[in-house]
Amino acid sequence: MTDKKKKFLVPSITVLVMLIIILLAKVGVINNYYQTILMTICINVIMSASLNVVNGYMGEFSCGHGGFMAVGAYVSSILSLILFCPGNSITGHALLPPSMAIVAFPFIILIGGAASMVVSLLVAIPSFKTRDDYLAIITIATNFIITTAINNIPIVGGSRGLMGMKTTMSFMAKTVSLPWMLIWGFVFAALTVVVIHRVMHSTLGMGISAIRYDEISAEIMSVNTNSMKLLAFTFSSGLAGVAGGLFAHMLGFINPSSFGIMKSTESLVMVYLGGMGSLSGSVISAFIFTILLELLRPAQILKWVIIPLMLILIMQFRPEGFMGPRELTQVFPRLKNLFAPNRNLIRPIAKPTEVRK
Amino acid sequence: MSKETLLEIKHLTHRFGGLQALTDINVNLKKGEIAGLIGPNGAGKTTVFNLVSGFYVPSEGDIIFKGTRMNGLKPHVIASLQVGRTFQNIRLWSDMTVLENICISQHYHLGYGVGSALFKNKKYRENEKKIHDEAWQLLERFNLADSALDYPKNLPYGIQRRVEIARALSLQPELLLLDEPAAGLSTSDLSDLITYIKWIHDTFGVTIWMIEHQMQVIMSLCDSIQVVDFGKEIARGTPEDIQKNPAVIKAYLGNEEIS
Repeated sequence: MTDKKKKFLVPSITVLVMLIIILLAKVGVINNYYQTILMTICINVIMSASLNVVNGYMGEFSCGHGGFMAVGAYVSSILSLILFCPGNSITGHALLPPSMAIVAFPFIILIGGAASMVVSLLVAIPSFKTRDDYLAIITIATNFIITTAINNIPIVGGSRGLMGMKTTMSFMAKTVSLPWMLIWGFVFAALTVVVIHRVMHSTLGMGISAIRYDEISAEIMSVNTNSMKLLAFTFSSGLAGVAGGLFAHMLGFINPSSFGIMKSTESLVMVYLGGMGSLSGSVISAFIFTILLELLRPAQILKWVIIPLMLILIMQFRPEGFMGPRELTQVFPRLKNLFAPNRNLIRPIAKPTEVRK
Repeated sequence: MSKETLLEIKHLTHRFGGLQALTDINVNLKKGEIAGLIGPNGAGKTTVFNLVSGFYVPSEGDIIFKGTRMNGLKPHVIASLQVGRTFQNIRLWSDMTVLENICISQHYHLGYGVGSALFKNKKYRENEKKIHDEAWQLLERFNLADSALDYPKNLPYGIQRRVEIARALSLQPELLLLDEPAAGLSTSDLSDLITYIKWIHDTFGVTIWMIEHQMQVIMSLCDSIQVVDFGKEIARGTPEDIQKNPAVIKAYLGNEEIS
């Protein structure tokens, strides 16, 4: 197979698998319960992969990911209510006709992401001067600021929460009858993985990893560490906001307590389970973690004994997570054959002017 | 000598809180020379380098590089003004390949933004290719291309030193600050290092300013030497002058003869 064909191999397989699942969902082979699990997996993939940018690649310790998810969830929910929900608590009537929902939905989600990018400046700017434990405290504080703020804004429901986002979803299904939530879940999860891979593997994004290994030498080697931190935090929070928007529209109901420290911890667990700085690791761990939670549902409250216990055991025997800092292609080198090689990494037949003996 | 001045430091004074680290240091580096900065441990040599590379803002005095006043500039800005440096203890990104180490140091002329990286557009591809080509070229010149895809942590110490110097040179510096390049090298490696630094100086046409404790290295490489003790300059001159200077012998070398 030529390199040019290889470039499309994995993406086309992924798209094909997604199309098959969507088709099966459409004809009803995959019921609502399994659809919800699939969507949760997608949301968790976004959450863990995006948190991995800060906690894995950059090596900081951010514990406020749930807060940024909340911002995305609330902003996109409010937008969706204002635009499409008749009789909503904010404007009282829908601003756009129901048929527009299908077009507006991705934008609603993306605006939610953009909003949490803005809020992430709360963390990004202190991160210029602070590191490690101190930054962890700042991120926890941010998480609390966000959830408490939402709790005290009556127009968005305060602690009672916000509902009615399902209206948008049902309008979309009425216009074209497809499992829209699943489709957008897949699209955004796949995009997240692609986007993170592209940014983090460019020389620009590798500046973020350089901070993790040695911030001082990064500065000395002309990496603008402040703008790298800004990039990492806004990027990661923006994606968390997207996950939040999807989460809100999937459930149709949100309240501030869904985005507390528990949510942040859940994302942290997925990152550390998968391996810090490993994109494939965080995707795999999102799958495993979500499925595990579902499988243990019959165990009810015991679930919260079993899962932490498993975590303790994994951290004891494999502290670097499933993958460590490596990607799947590094663990199984044969998989490299599925991807086109990066030509920049192949030693060119150079004609050096003078070679040091 | 009528050569052009590259780096000029005037009345540099630095205090850490109440501690007077440096007092009235004056430096005048000519383009193309190899200069040495020596002194006993804790004399403030590395502080001078940290001030020049922008980690600290000097309490008093001016640092002028190619006519630009550098006080208070961020280290990455100073790096992009083409001042490279190495560290006393090797500070490579040990879990990134040698090639990545070199590529990241090209951040000052990346030529593309996040948007280009997202869409992998033409600008991105061209610039990435340029950066990698330059990195490969540099590694070939340093005879390090064989270990380009290795992690520095897996390389021998001597090679790590060379990678670090190569990384500093990937900034295409006009001024290279070497902080104890011989630290941790065995005596037999020293003559190798001397020819190595000489080779760098000649091929890259870079001005070198180095801190070193190994007299062999300093004496055989430097055109001029400055001696500091307790943050004050106590002598300056050619290697021959310094070897004879009684103040230096007293402060720095005790009563022993320089071999």
